Amino acid sequence: MNGVLDQMLAVLAGDRQADRVVPPTGFTARLTIFTAGAMAFLAVFALALSMASGRLADRWADALARTATVRISAPQGQMQAQTDAVMAILWTTPGVADPRVLSAEEQRALLAPWFGPDLPVDRLPLPQLVELTETEDGFDAEALRLRLAAEAPGAVLDDHARWRRPLVRAADRLRLLGLVSIGLIGLATAAMITLSANAALAANAQVIRVLRMVGARDVYIARAFVRRFAGRALQGAAAGTLVGMIAVALLPGADPAGGFLTGLGFQGWGWIVPLFIPPLAAMVAFWATRAAAFRMLTEMT
Amino acid sequence: MIELENVAHSYGGGDLLTEVGLTLAPGSFHFLTGPSGAGKTTLLRLCYGELIPSAGNVRLFGQDVRQMSRDDLARTRQRIGVVHQDCQFLNHLPLSENVALPLIVSGREAEADPANLRELLHWVGLSRQADALPPELSGGERQRAALARAVIMSPDVILADEPTGNVDWEMSLRLLQLLVELNKMGKAILIATHDLNLIRAAKAQVAARVLRIKDRRLLQAGANL
Repeated sequence: MNGVLDQMLAVLAGDRQADRVVPPTGFTARLTIFTAGAMAFLAVFALALSMASGRLADRWADALARTATVRISAPQGQMQAQTDAVMAILWTTPGVADPRVLSAEEQRALLAPWFGPDLPVDRLPLPQLVELTETEDGFDAEALRLRLAAEAPGAVLDDHARWRRPLVRAADRLRLLGLVSIGLIGLATAAMITLSANAALAANAQVIRVLRMVGARDVYIARAFVRRFAGRALQGAAAGTLVGMIAVALLPGADPAGGFLTGLGFQGWGWIVPLFIPPLAAMVAFWATRAAAFRMLTEMT
Repeated sequence: MIELENVAHSYGGGDLLTEVGLTLAPGSFHFLTGPSGAGKTTLLRLCYGELIPSAGNVRLFGQDVRQMSRDDLARTRQRIGVVHQDCQFLNHLPLSENVALPLIVSGREAEADPANLRELLHWVGLSRQADALPPELSGGERQRAALARAVIMSPDVILADEPTGNVDWEMSLRLLQLLVELNKMGKAILIATHDLNLIRAAKAQVAARVLRIKDRRLLQAGANL
């Protein structure tokens, strides 16, 4: 492992003479740089997607796990009485903290995304919402439902679990898909570098034969190619990552009021993560080229 | 330094060489003759480990080629100078760098003293072509360059395959002179050639032995040349 590390450092330090023994190539080099760039660009988006869906899953799981809502539907005259009854029950239920009757303004804000801002809430027969928070121990939802049914027939407890779970599951799945995409992009990069390294090695078979004849070790020959491809992958991926990050930064931000869709992008320290893409691409190119070079070299004496 | 013991080689479909025994000792001078296709080039390639014998043993500097790692082989080749029949170069590098290539790839660039390199190029008559690219050179120039490249590491053994095939008689004698001088410094020389005149010219200067490949076997040609 140490030897390999030394070698990677030696490759990065560079040996201009070893570079010169392989003839320069123009067009294929540009293709490699372009592909590495395109892959890095896609990787930035996959990363943004999986990080954003990760945040989404965490937020939903967190924010919704400890809250529940009681919805009271009653004729106008009984609304206040039923609300009072519900509050009395909630205050005496173990595991429930801070039950709070939502004001008309809050209810209007909740409905605004669907009905617009000028909704005359007070003139509509809207149910009254009561928000409550769970304590650490939690409450027995079934027992609470029974008590509510007995004393306030218009009240329904919604502990959010019904729609929270599939959403969290979907967000988790989205994060997984993002990570799988990054993995696939990495493998596709390795495959692409292997193909182009194989082409370069085949095109330079005569050079390699001459080098072997005059006593060059495999490591020396491989290094000339490995350095070249790692450098190209690094350049291309750096450019692709930069463009990808700019594109992500220019995406419209998340709507803080809606909060339903989290912003697709990076937040805070998250901006550091995509910066790892170019060195990773260089590493992938290093290993792919090295493997291709040694595979080819063992076929000649 | 190079020992072949009961060596056979086949490219598939019958042996090309069989029961070959050969020892190249320091300071020895051998010619290798035989009709075209008899296996002269194959024998040379066995001598620097490019081919592995299908039977028998080849020992390079005391090591069996079958047991040598690829790096061992590379290091051994740094001690064996080879002049191929079809001299191959790195076509994108100028002649001077091609001649210095063995030093470069073995990490001994520091020894590539420009004055020595110039002297070596002058010796093979290529001073003016130092900056030329190999494809611009004539066949004879390429052979002289290949010889310069083969000797730049001051190897212990020099194997040359028809080194005078493309050069005129005067240049042949000059190349021979170069090889004779290297031989006098204790280096083992093995030259595959058709050129009987060259062998005669060499015999006047050194105790050269002539080997002949006949009917797949390596024979001492004796003094009847």
